[in-house]
Amino acid sequence: MPRLLTPIVLSLITIGLVSCGKSTEPSSASPGTLTVLIGASNPMTGPQAHLGKDNENGTRMAIEDANAQGLTIGGQKVKFELVSEDDSADPKTGTIVAQKFADQKVSGVIGHLNSGTTIPASRIYSEAGIPQISPSATNPKYTHQGFKTAFRVIPNDTQQGGELGRYVASKIGAKTVAVMDDSTQYGQGLANQFEEAAKAAGVTVLTHEHTDDKATDFQAILTNIKAKKPDIIFYGGMDAQSGPMMKQIRSLGIQAKFLTGDGGCSTEFLTLAGAAGEGAYCSLPGMPIEKMPKGEDFKKRFNAKYGEIQDYSPYCYDAVMVMIDAMKRADSTVPSKYLPELAKSNYDGVTAHISFDENGDLKGGVITVYKLLSGKWVPQDTLGGKP
Amino acid sequence: MDIFLQQVINGLVQGSLYALVALGYTMVYGIIELVNFAHGEVVMVGALVGLSVIERMAARGDTGWGVIAIGVLVAIPSCMALGLGIERIAYRPLRKAPRLAPLISAIGVSIALQQLAALIWGRNYLHYPDVLANPQFHIGGAVITQVQLVILGITGILMLGTWVIVQKTALGRAMRASAQNPSVAGLMGVNVDRIIASTFLMGSGLAAVAGVLVGTYYGVGNHTMGFMLGLKAFTAAVLGGIGSLWGAMLGGLLLGVIENLGAGYLSSLTNGAIGSNYSDVLAFLMLIGVLIFRPSGLMGERGSEKV
Repeated sequence: MPRLLTPIVLSLITIGLVSCGKSTEPSSASPGTLTVLIGASNPMTGPQAHLGKDNENGTRMAIEDANAQGLTIGGQKVKFELVSEDDSADPKTGTIVAQKFADQKVSGVIGHLNSGTTIPASRIYSEAGIPQISPSATNPKYTHQGFKTAFRVIPNDTQQGGELGRYVASKIGAKTVAVMDDSTQYGQGLANQFEEAAKAAGVTVLTHEHTDDKATDFQAILTNIKAKKPDIIFYGGMDAQSGPMMKQIRSLGIQAKFLTGDGGCSTEFLTLAGAAGEGAYCSLPGMPIEKMPKGEDFKKRFNAKYGEIQDYSPYCYDAVMVMIDAMKRADSTVPSKYLPELAKSNYDGVTAHISFDENGDLKGGVITVYKLLSGKWVPQDTLGGKP
Repeated sequence: MDIFLQQVINGLVQGSLYALVALGYTMVYGIIELVNFAHGEVVMVGALVGLSVIERMAARGDTGWGVIAIGVLVAIPSCMALGLGIERIAYRPLRKAPRLAPLISAIGVSIALQQLAALIWGRNYLHYPDVLANPQFHIGGAVITQVQLVILGITGILMLGTWVIVQKTALGRAMRASAQNPSVAGLMGVNVDRIIASTFLMGSGLAAVAGVLVGTYYGVGNHTMGFMLGLKAFTAAVLGGIGSLWGAMLGGLLLGVIENLGAGYLSSLTNGAIGSNYSDVLAFLMLIGVLIFRPSGLMGERGSEKV
């Protein structure tokens, strides 16, 4: 679609223009202590601002904890400092933030929140040699571009879509499925992975329809789906679409079950879908916070400091800790020095035991499926986990 | 067959909402030849004002069509005041300016209103409370909900009402006169400024109703909801012949039906090569096609009676 092509071409040009190689040396403040900058980029404005703030809080908490330990790296006392930027979940703004981080010579980046911002930004970090750990970008492409600097501490959509495709066959017992997505990097990526796995598990995929991430009327597509009488409908996309979609599914008299990925696994979905949402399934990468290795303790401390956990703050916390752990082992905060150690990470985090495969993906990540029962997401099954 | 019927029903409902908004575009264009790009935002404000009222009442436990009606009754004067204000501040001072100037100021108003709404109502998607039981009716294998029926009914009545006002009343006669030649109409004792203001009043009132109906129908409201809706309604107005009342109605209904049939049949007709997401492309191709053969739209006639 030309409408999509233009921004892609433009952003490619932008990336080309701004990505001239930068050497990175952490700036030292006072002679005694070394100040190490950690960048965090999240949407702090717009419809996903609540998730962005949550990520920032998780990152901040980890940095404060690390500073409280009073670390000495490379014979120097170090103080970590958070540089938080707003990327508005917008790919273009994301690359601007990335360039800013590269110019500031941050030692590492925790972010970005969305796949759409993380992927274009990752090229800039790669060329600047800055290690990047995304706490929440799940599109497989992010770690499959051949960048040595790209890591994530959350299972990707190959894992999520794959587990969900098999789950639909084995646990929900569906024979036929209709797939929909919002044509974004996240939504379409997840839907494609799901479709592949569902087919492999013997489920018939009746149709794969596309809408967009600003639509509110899905009735034409849903009417089509209704005619095909699927057992279940899968949607790859965000809650702002899946909520109203759920309502339209029921008002068209479609009886099929409904499953969506982490983009719809929110309280926003509950309010937007209303009573029509009852019985819907959704999935989140990782475990419910109560079941994470150190989840209870994290939750208590986080709640006391910042209030309720939205989604990804525990992952942000782990991302920072893994990065600092690699710095300790390398005995250096210089990106080129600690990057090889980061790839060899073997760390017991809040969310899981963290180690990376050759691409920078989390090894042995798990997915949890939730079901909407009397107005609440209730954990059903935790899938995957074998490295 | 029932699928075809279902797509047509959905298309007609969506199209009648487009038509209601398109009336506002076409009336303003007819009288001052200005594409009022802020009109979509007036619809959005109507929807969000309605949402605030309906939310308050739903919180008290009130349900039923009465709640929606009160939402509409509060939204109408709010939007009318807004429409009047926009005309007075952004368009009237530019009445004699080159035609590009008011167009730019229209775009400015549109952006300002969106940001203002984001400040007042926030940037999240807001939930329109469920105050209706919304029973479903079955006709020939298709489903039509009560909300859909009411939307069709209300838009039908409002379109007819607009036509009566424009064609059968003294105000309407003055409107038509001002549209044909404002200076001569002025010489004949028509207060053109007042007539233009009342055109904005009518358009904004219709926009308020459309806003609340859109919110009730889809169940969400957001500060950006007016943009795409406005663009589609403007397309409908051009398709039907901008400046023509019947054109706006026909264009709206046609656009709604084409979009729905497009989304419904494109992928099966092309064996999946062109997906349902191309339905907008189809709608705009249709528009281009119509404009090539009838540059003034389906119902528009160059230089003839406009409003």
